[in-house]
Amino acid sequence: MTIGTYILVSLIKIAIAVFVLLTGVAYTTLAERKVVARIQNRWGPSRVGPFGIWQPLADGLKFIFKEDITPPFVNRPLYLLAPILSLTVALTAIAVVPIGPWVTIGGIHTPLQIADVNIGLLIILGLTSIGVYGIALAGWSSNSKYSMMGSLRATAQMVSYEIALGLSLVGILILSGSFSLRDIVDSQAGTWLGFIPKWNIFKGQFVAFFIYIMAAYAETNRIPFDLAEAETELVAGYHTEYSSMKFAMFFMAEYANMFTVACLATVLFLGGWSGPVFGPAILQAFLPIIWFVVKVLAFIFIYIWVRGTLPRFRYDQLMAFGWKFLLPLAIANILVTSLVVALK
Amino acid sequence: MHLVLFIIFGALCIGAAINLLVQKHPINSALSLIVVMGSLALLYLLLGAEFVAAVQVIVYAGAVMVLFVFVIMLLNAAEEERTPHGSRVATLLGVPGLIVGLGIGIWVVLRYAGLDRIAIGGPEILNGTEGFGNPRAVAQLLFRDYLLPFEVTSVLILIAIMGAVVLARREE
Repeated sequence: MTIGTYILVSLIKIAIAVFVLLTGVAYTTLAERKVVARIQNRWGPSRVGPFGIWQPLADGLKFIFKEDITPPFVNRPLYLLAPILSLTVALTAIAVVPIGPWVTIGGIHTPLQIADVNIGLLIILGLTSIGVYGIALAGWSSNSKYSMMGSLRATAQMVSYEIALGLSLVGILILSGSFSLRDIVDSQAGTWLGFIPKWNIFKGQFVAFFIYIMAAYAETNRIPFDLAEAETELVAGYHTEYSSMKFAMFFMAEYANMFTVACLATVLFLGGWSGPVFGPAILQAFLPIIWFVVKVLAFIFIYIWVRGTLPRFRYDQLMAFGWKFLLPLAIANILVTSLVVALK
Repeated sequence: MHLVLFIIFGALCIGAAINLLVQKHPINSALSLIVVMGSLALLYLLLGAEFVAAVQVIVYAGAVMVLFVFVIMLLNAAEEERTPHGSRVATLLGVPGLIVGLGIGIWVVLRYAGLDRIAIGGPEILNGTEGFGNPRAVAQLLFRDYLLPFEVTSVLILIAIMGAVVLARREE
């Protein structure tokens, strides 16, 4: 296709992806409040519309109308840069995630992915590495004790667990032989015995899946690893001094990171969009996307479920877990995977 | 087109590097260094080495510089103090003189090594081996042809880490 068509199609895909991601982020906040509430044997938001459906809308309006206070003692350029950096990085990572196979719509043959880069996995790892700066600069620029402590802890935690995260994915790379996310999904197509899908989690990357989940919870600062922003510990950690829209940007960045992690887990471990395809032609066209969305939502449900169930780690327990347990386990996983592949 | 992009990213790199020297507060210098690392990654992309570009962002801009920023935050480093006596001679003659001197030196070295015909172009001029920047090509070089330097470098880094741990121990 011509360069003009390509740019137009890409812009449409970007618009759809950002819209879907932001709506998903808003409704994940509702889902979290409802699910955690039910775990705690109460209802959660149920007033603002049937089942509290309009609650995210109400929250959004609240954030827009709230007074945006910028304390006088902050380092203004960095104070303004930090939430922008966090949110930008969180939203950009969706660009390399493949949602479905190649489709032909109205004569245009295009993949259901904004950019099929041959180093897609490295791009997502690079983006999460840059996302740490949003938190570091937020705490530094706020010029306050709680913010500084929260951001130092969060930065150290994220840097430590990035290593375990990256290493847990090396097993997947050995099995599929490519950094491109589309190739990794394509290598998981098909089934054994007609019904066991050839997902990476069944191909022996079970341990890697759990390392990935735990490292991802630590990367996105979620319970049980959310010491850096827990209310009883540090007021609100690195976003103590932020109000209204800037706070909302940190909030959205955290949930968008959750989505990125869930999409990556689906693509790498759960086979992406593979699933039984049946029915009439129009249904067959949409089923891969539906399978992808179901897997991502299941992953996010697990995220929220863990949040409602587990207590949080103390900081030294958290760091010891990352360095002394997850890292050697991830390296052992690489060793075993490469031995199995080499001896085949 | 390559020349235009190279000039833009090269100028960004040099501008950030000069800003690194000029800023008084160490955190601003650290942020300028992050911009330098990022523009180096962009220059690698221009050369067709996409794997190295991604690794540059992950390792340098995303890990090494985070630790720099972390240490500056932890130690609460303050702005540099301005000494009252600057040297006007140094400012007026020194910096331009250094640039001119370096330029002449580089020109002489390149001229006599016969490299003054380097052209700025795209990856086509670089011998054009198929997929030369992709991970497979880099891995073959790293783990097959240059395995010994690779392993020796990792031992070197391990020695540096052990040295840092020993130096930072408190006397008990």
